[in-house]
Amino acid sequence: MRFAVLQFPGSNCDQDCVHVLGNVLGQDADYLWHKEESIGDADAVVVPGGFSYGDYLRTGSIAQFSPVMNAVKAFANAGGLVIGICNGFQILCETGLLPGALVRNRSLQFRCETIFLKIPTTDSPFTSEVPADRLLCVPIAHGEGCYFADDEALAKLRADDQILFQYATETGDLTDEANPNGSLLNIAGICNEGRNVCGMMPHPERASENILGADDGRLVFESMLRHLEVKTGVGQAETAEV
Amino acid sequence: MKAKIVITPKKAVLDPQGKTVQTALEHMGYDGVKAVHVGKYLEIELEGDADSWRPKIDEACHKLLSNPVIEDYHFTIE
Repeated sequence: MRFAVLQFPGSNCDQDCVHVLGNVLGQDADYLWHKEESIGDADAVVVPGGFSYGDYLRTGSIAQFSPVMNAVKAFANAGGLVIGICNGFQILCETGLLPGALVRNRSLQFRCETIFLKIPTTDSPFTSEVPADRLLCVPIAHGEGCYFADDEALAKLRADDQILFQYATETGDLTDEANPNGSLLNIAGICNEGRNVCGMMPHPERASENILGADDGRLVFESMLRHLEVKTGVGQAETAEV
Repeated sequence: MKAKIVITPKKAVLDPQGKTVQTALEHMGYDGVKAVHVGKYLEIELEGDADSWRPKIDEACHKLLSNPVIEDYHFTIE
């Protein structure tokens, strides 16, 4: 499968994403500069983490107007698979591809630590390969990760099973202590109504190889691969072990 | 001529900065501080006619300068 990993001025997780998709999972992964107006023949788009445009004005606010985002919006609206990680999540919210917004952590501190994620539903192209009741252990690294949406939007997210990742304790409880940033409903990641666009604050690409401490994050990318394979009629996932 | 734009967090949104500033003011001895809200102030220098700028600034506030999900804004052109 072919993945396009966007690069904005200030992106800094783009190389990690290309490494995991290319070297760990054996897929075609290419950088795509933000001034490009087409995503070419990519099967999926990754909006990586970082500090696009220095986080000026609001996180993700300037990046939404980069030329490449018009192509990403058209791709997403046609059902294409898009995942935004950390700053990528913030950008997708700003573009309106995902509901809600990410605001300053309630502690006002940048949080950089490993957390546990509960997966409320495996009915999505981003969580389908996660075994039932399995928690994911992945890192977070953000200052603006507090998810906010109004009551109506939150009710819709719940009703339509759009909450994909929630901060939890080691035993899977959704407590306030396990919530690193004050997100409503402990939300760490969601998908859109069409279930083809996902945004998440934690970094699966930083936890996709055991040599780096954990490989739970791989399940997110493997879920995407499985979805694309089914969609395009290709066989089993061909993953290169490291 | 300038557009002067004030952007504030919506009431329902957690405003930890405002809360922290409020606590600091109380520690300094300022009694009676009911709430503090930390927002943004922008000045945009303009040329042309104020009336024709008003809808354009409003649109810019809505599309870029503020995020209507989490922020309110108001502005003057003078």
